[in-house]
Amino acid sequence: MTDQEILSGLAEIIDEIAGVPADEVTPDKNFVDDLDIDSLSMVEIAVAAQDKFGVEIPDEQLKDLKTVQDVVNFVSKNS
Amino acid sequence: MTGSKILAFGGYQPDRVVTNDDLAKVVDTSDEWIKARVGIESRRIAADDETVTDMAEAAGAKALAASGLAPSAIDLVIVATCSPLVPMPSVSAVVAHRLGIVAPGAFDLNAACAGFCYALGTAANAVSAGSARNVLVIGAEKMSSWVDWTDRSTCIIFADGAGAAVVSASEEGEPAGIGPVVWGSAGDQASRIEVTGRTGAMRQDGQAVFRWATTAMAPVALEACVRAGVTPADITAFVPHQANLRIVEAIARKLGIPRERVADDIVHAGNTSSASVPLALSRMAEQGRLQPGTQALLIGFGAGLSYAAQVITLP
Repeated sequence: MTDQEILSGLAEIIDEIAGVPADEVTPDKNFVDDLDIDSLSMVEIAVAAQDKFGVEIPDEQLKDLKTVQDVVNFVSKNS
Repeated sequence: MTGSKILAFGGYQPDRVVTNDDLAKVVDTSDEWIKARVGIESRRIAADDETVTDMAEAAGAKALAASGLAPSAIDLVIVATCSPLVPMPSVSAVVAHRLGIVAPGAFDLNAACAGFCYALGTAANAVSAGSARNVLVIGAEKMSSWVDWTDRSTCIIFADGAGAAVVSASEEGEPAGIGPVVWGSAGDQASRIEVTGRTGAMRQDGQAVFRWATTAMAPVALEACVRAGVTPADITAFVPHQANLRIVEAIARKLGIPRERVADDIVHAGNTSSASVPLALSRMAEQGRLQPGTQALLIGFGAGLSYAAQVITLP
């Protein structure tokens, strides 16, 4: 899976769970500050990402994933 | 084997309304934050001298009156609670006495927020086994006496109240009105929601519980449907434990149950633990949101971690 594929898959998830349009989900965006996504939505996104990419993102890791790029890197490194 | 059915529901909430703005004066929080995170607008908190037993009695009396049965017809009383004032005597024996139910089987059951569904399953099993004919099942909680009122992650969520149902044997040839209970637990996660020490306050790992509830509970609810021979499309009322509106909505979404069929009692009741499912049912019945003779899906989940679900036919 390329980083671009992970990014577009992640954008679909974020659109579905948090209602953020996919084209706003760019690598440099911070979940809390830029996309207004709270910690509970992050849990839902992590669960959906696990279903989609087969990569588990535990709660302990989740708090360190601040930007879209952080998640893309985590999935890419662990898939 | 004798089937069982629910005859009626009853609910009781304390008079005192506590709004999010009231809480914002006590802890660092806001109406906006609470509504966004848990979906609660206000909750009811019991008076200082109002006990779990008092609330259980009030809800039990309403359900009993609505059932049309005389107190003397009840031969088993089960109270689900995790927040009684004292561990003995049981809430159930005292409530039975106060309601004029003479010498019934009586015991309390603790499965925390899953308690009512455990108690309902136990009641149905007792009827099937011939150990009881008419059962008063109550969920009652005074969570306000166990939360830490300086912990903004829990004191905004939990509340007080009671709900009850009267369970009776089905007539001969009548289909069972309470489907098989699907229950289980995950004791490896026991520390996720706990009270430590005898005088300790309740603590919850909210994020971990949220993840567990939004992923592990939909399959349990589906299994309850399968065991009852129905599909989520047949369900006219989905009444999950009112833990957090976002958990409720996430489970409903996974089951494909439309929002108008889903209980949202938490908005004005808060999370009342084992009381939340019967309290929501009694309110939905009052509002005319329950269609008699159709199927409702119930699921309770919480500390333990423990969970239980079943499909019922609405009275």
